[in-house]
Amino acid sequence: MSIGARFPKSDGVAKADGSGIYADDIALPRMLHAKILRSPHAHARIRGIDLGAAEALPGVVATLVGAELPLKYGVIPWTQDETALAVEKVRHVGDAVACIAAIDERTADEALRLVKVDYEVLPAVLTPEDALEHPEIKVNERAKVGNVTKHVHLQFGEVDEAVAGATAVVRETYRYAGSTHVPIEPHCAVARIDADGNLTVWSSTQIPHYVHRELSRVLGLSQSKVRVIQPLLGGAFGGKSDPFALEFCVAKLAMKTGRPVKILYTREEVFYAHRGRHPMKMDVTLALDADGRIAAVDNKILIDGGAYASFGLVTAYYAGQLLTGPYRFGTYRFDSYRMYTNKPPCGPKRGHGSVQPRFAFEVALDEAAEKLGLDPVEARRRNFIGEFVETVNGQKITSNGFLKCLELVEKASGWKERHGKLGPGRGLGVAGSMYISGTAYPVYPNEMPQSGVLVKLDRSGRVAIYSGASDIGQGVNTLLCQIAAEELHCDPYDVTVVSADTDLTPVDLGAYSSRVTYMVGIAAREACQKLAEKLRAAGGATFTEACQRAEAAEGAPLAATGGYRTEKLGGDYRGGTIGASPAYSFTAHVAEVSVDEETGIWNVERIWAAHDCGKALNPTLVEGQIEGSVYMGAAEAQMEEMVYDEKGLLFGPSLLDYRIPTSLDTPDLDSYIVESNDPGGPYGAKEAGEGPLHPAIPAIANGIHDACGIRIRELPFYPQRVLKLLRERDARREERAAS
Amino acid sequence: MRPSVFIRLLVNGEEHALAVPAQRTLLEALRYDLGLTGSKQGCDKGDCGACTVLARERAGEGRGEAILSCITLAQDAQDLAITTIEGLAGPQGLDPVQRAFADCGALQCGFCQPGMMLSARALLDDNPKPTLPQIQEALSGNLCRCTGYTKIYEAVQVAAGLRAPAQRAPVQSERAAPSDSKAQTVKEIVP
Repeated sequence: MSIGARFPKSDGVAKADGSGIYADDIALPRMLHAKILRSPHAHARIRGIDLGAAEALPGVVATLVGAELPLKYGVIPWTQDETALAVEKVRHVGDAVACIAAIDERTADEALRLVKVDYEVLPAVLTPEDALEHPEIKVNERAKVGNVTKHVHLQFGEVDEAVAGATAVVRETYRYAGSTHVPIEPHCAVARIDADGNLTVWSSTQIPHYVHRELSRVLGLSQSKVRVIQPLLGGAFGGKSDPFALEFCVAKLAMKTGRPVKILYTREEVFYAHRGRHPMKMDVTLALDADGRIAAVDNKILIDGGAYASFGLVTAYYAGQLLTGPYRFGTYRFDSYRMYTNKPPCGPKRGHGSVQPRFAFEVALDEAAEKLGLDPVEARRRNFIGEFVETVNGQKITSNGFLKCLELVEKASGWKERHGKLGPGRGLGVAGSMYISGTAYPVYPNEMPQSGVLVKLDRSGRVAIYSGASDIGQGVNTLLCQIAAEELHCDPYDVTVVSADTDLTPVDLGAYSSRVTYMVGIAAREACQKLAEKLRAAGGATFTEACQRAEAAEGAPLAATGGYRTEKLGGDYRGGTIGASPAYSFTAHVAEVSVDEETGIWNVERIWAAHDCGKALNPTLVEGQIEGSVYMGAAEAQMEEMVYDEKGLLFGPSLLDYRIPTSLDTPDLDSYIVESNDPGGPYGAKEAGEGPLHPAIPAIANGIHDACGIRIRELPFYPQRVLKLLRERDARREERAAS
Repeated sequence: MRPSVFIRLLVNGEEHALAVPAQRTLLEALRYDLGLTGSKQGCDKGDCGACTVLARERAGEGRGEAILSCITLAQDAQDLAITTIEGLAGPQGLDPVQRAFADCGALQCGFCQPGMMLSARALLDDNPKPTLPQIQEALSGNLCRCTGYTKIYEAVQVAAGLRAPAQRAPVQSERAAPSDSKAQTVKEIVP
């Protein structure tokens, strides 16, 4: 009843009337405001920091330097390579150097200008190629070899033989530009320490649990003394997954001063905090046999990581491991290097690691199909891997609605009647993809559940759900209300959700890897079903009466827990568990593109996106995820790029210079939900938040090809790049005409 | 200490007397001095629109037009009657724009939403039955990063009485033939 309904978001009214509390809306008595001084150099040794003049400024209360927080942190236990403030060295323009707390923001800002830092400027490496070539310029000491964060080489089958025996082979280089998340809410954290030494940090994080762990370690406080609370979160998209300098700084400054401390990043600082899409250079070999089946895929990937590891170890794996559906690969090999460079660190952005190779692969597939004279939709249909099948790299696919997705967008776009026939200057492109619904691999290895939910019933008829999961706008709190209503037959409006508070809620690993609906959903359903059993046994004319009778029978308050226990999944080889998911989502897009051949200016007119989310627990929320994903993918194709100058200075770290689409730049989006009813997912559900981003970029590239016969292999598809390719095309045509 | 200026602000029908630093922006005054935290700071440079409020001359009528409070000085707003998101709902409850945004799933994280809804309100006050291009034009100063704008347009149209919220049903996927898929599950691994 409640599952599958278009239930309005449980926090919808609080967000509509302005009463919802985000991190920066928190103001505590005697609260100080702190600001972080940032490096103007891409790479420099710090010889000394003179805080004297800053400390003398009236209104300045405390200062902080890196030596006071020397322990290195990072989400992944094996690659902890960051400190809250630079110790000895800065590694990118915008790296944090010192922090000052004052009675207000403006005073703290003024004080920063009085700090004198003595830098010894070091040579910097700004591209992954330079990072490989100059191992003697060490960006980050954690790298064991040169500047390599992580190297992965995996091969499945005899790739070279398969290529040699293939009919159509494409060998091309594809380049993906770095982009960033741009949540509209800048990062913000507030810390408070009480008289017993208990530390509370409110933070705009999408992973309170890891912030909790890292704060405790770096500050030298036991985890039981640290409480992390995530208030309403103003957008994240992966950009708030890491612990950040501000959380450590507010905590340490609160400990030093005994007063609450807040840091709100400026928009410029959000760009330096980054953790966005990794730039990748991909040398792809794709081989089709005479029937158009994929005989081999070989991808050499060079990844520009920035100054810190972040989730980079995973990125190096995801870049290869997540490509092996929805098509069957005869053989597969990838070789990925994630390099340290002197730029703000890259990390997980929506579709972590796999958006870039998906672009390269889906364009290469079009190019290879063209050689065989094969229709692009047919090429994809023909290579469909199927349901309940193992991929070439040992991942278990369960439900798979990809063919239905493909059929829907083929029909909706009028593909058969229109593809290849709209030109010149107008075309259709298609692409598909797959993505994980969480991963079997918890970031730190442990046997405990990845997700826990506690449900409490009250004799008043109120249901309280305690969940560690982060609602970052995707609506997990709403889903929890729906699950409670479904199982307990209560009114969904009689459910209170207490979420993302490490003191009060069971641990959930956080909002990343598209794991939340799947894992929290299973945990919540389990807890609710235990209580539903007791209510059924107790009976009663109303829900409230059933609660009272059940509590009387129990002789104690009614509560139950549920958990999501990690399954053992993935191939039996080193790295085989990375990218192994209990269920995969599938997507197909068709994009309609128009190109002005005189200027190279092009436009996405419409994108039809069909997504197999298993079961739409709330279709409105799923459509929102699809539409938001497609928008963000199209934006990366159209305009978004982190551009640096030759000294590593980010060009225009503002929303005026780093353009994101307005309502006038966003194509018409048609979203279609496909339900394959996954046997493992809660009520059949799989992920919906990241998968639908992937095909947008290659579908647009393939649409540009259909419109004007050019292959664009580098993002973003700037008009000047398109124009250059159009001129080259014209030159080729002239040559052909002359001969 | 920095010198303060004494100012009066008329916000949501209430008159406030404040002493603020001369550089205080209207957004800072609303958020920090008046506790009206519904107006959001996304960029502090007039780029994102999250700080949008409605303003008219004090002597005027209606709610006025959408302005950016982060690039308006508080002392320059003294002649204005300002409506923030906290003042949009009336005694009858939520404004139809607020209701429609909540009903249509036009919000995800909700951070851009107060500004977005106020821009939508200004549009509908001026043009009660806007076309889709007029809606897109009117909202183009408010950046949203979650929704792709689609459901926001829908909400504005619902608020204007131009349509009812969507009720499309999901499509069931047929099971693919398992025989074909089981045939080639042999994997070869060369670590």
